[in-house]
Amino acid sequence: MPDNLVACPDCDLLQHVPLLPPRGKALCCRCGKVLATNKPGANERTLALAIGAAIVFVIANAFPLMGISAAGREVDTTIIGGAWAMWQEGNQLTAALVGLCAVVAPAGYIMITMVVLVAARRYPSAPGWVGELLHWAELAQEWAMAEVMMLGILVALIKIADLATVVIGLGMFAAGTLIALLAAMAINFDPEEIWTHVQWTDDGARLLANSTQTIDYREAKK
Amino acid sequence: MTAREPMAMPSGLALCKHCGLLSKLMPTHETSYCLRCGNELSFRRHEAIQRTWALIVAAAICYIPANILPVMTSITMTGAEDDTILDGVVMLYATGSWPLALIVLIASVMIPMSKLFALAYLLVTVQRGSLKSNRERVQLYRIVEFIGRWSMLDVFVISFTVALVQMKPLMAAQPQMGIVFFAAVVVLTIFAAQSFDPRLIWDSANSMENRNE
Repeated sequence: MPDNLVACPDCDLLQHVPLLPPRGKALCCRCGKVLATNKPGANERTLALAIGAAIVFVIANAFPLMGISAAGREVDTTIIGGAWAMWQEGNQLTAALVGLCAVVAPAGYIMITMVVLVAARRYPSAPGWVGELLHWAELAQEWAMAEVMMLGILVALIKIADLATVVIGLGMFAAGTLIALLAAMAINFDPEEIWTHVQWTDDGARLLANSTQTIDYREAKK
Repeated sequence: MTAREPMAMPSGLALCKHCGLLSKLMPTHETSYCLRCGNELSFRRHEAIQRTWALIVAAAICYIPANILPVMTSITMTGAEDDTILDGVVMLYATGSWPLALIVLIASVMIPMSKLFALAYLLVTVQRGSLKSNRERVQLYRIVEFIGRWSMLDVFVISFTVALVQMKPLMAAQPQMGIVFFAAVVVLTIFAAQSFDPRLIWDSANSMENRNE
């Protein structure tokens, strides 16, 4: 019987995770945190979604989100235009934050996830830097706020709609699709599965791990 | 606590925060590194209570100018007008879109404030060694972690309004200092939520158990 001991990351309770059926998940019996999932083909799906998201991301950023026209004049803006306007008005700190959450973090999340997923397909084990990149992907995901940005744009539009005529651009539709794709990526992505075949830091670490009773339930499951 | 619930830390096991590998960690050992990903191992997030308190206090200080100072100036033919965050909510309400006014009110005013109160409550109960409603407190922490990003809403509203309303001299919009403080509140509360360690909620139950033995 392989030892599949885990500690809950939210309450530190030690417990054994049973072998999970496909699409099954194990919850912490004390605090309800999801401890393990078994999502067959999750990372293949995530890779497909990431490629789609990359294409849509380019469209969303290349074309204007929306424009307004009043008294015969027209102004339009792209996603980065929102940050750029802040920058020009002398509000660089906020501009940097908007640029990070609206452009840099989503782009980073999509790119890094793609690299990780492609590199993790290497047989028999993925290089160690995949683990480092996984950490960056997680960080980028935390700051990628495309869905918050979208709601912000809608509120801005309704505020402006009184003053001028609003025209929706192609970028807006692409941004809407991007949100759906990003959400689908986040749901499907299974980093645990990648960790199971990332190369350990030192050679022979696995042997050492066994002798010091380091327990990896994913490894044990196989 | 009725049943004995084994926790990782008392058993000398630490979960790698980076890759989730469970490793043996000696309490007296200098610095141990995760064998799989090479990152530093620790039982709990580093100085979670002090850091979270510091970030909450900083966010609470920024919360005042964020709400008093104007976040945006709208310039129209009739003159310039400074708007605070609450003015923006009132304006949305006045123009007839009360659902949006409510969303902005919740995201910009209520979420940052309730995050501060929720985290302060979690810290105080952890420091007092509370044993009650652990599960509810973990759930509260998860909500705080989840809703934090939505406070960014107003920052995006202001940036895109500024980007679009650029028709001088007919009308124009300029960001003001208030939005910097507001963005600081959002970022500081997100960091505060990340620096707190929910496992601390369960530690006092464990130490009580040891005392009774």
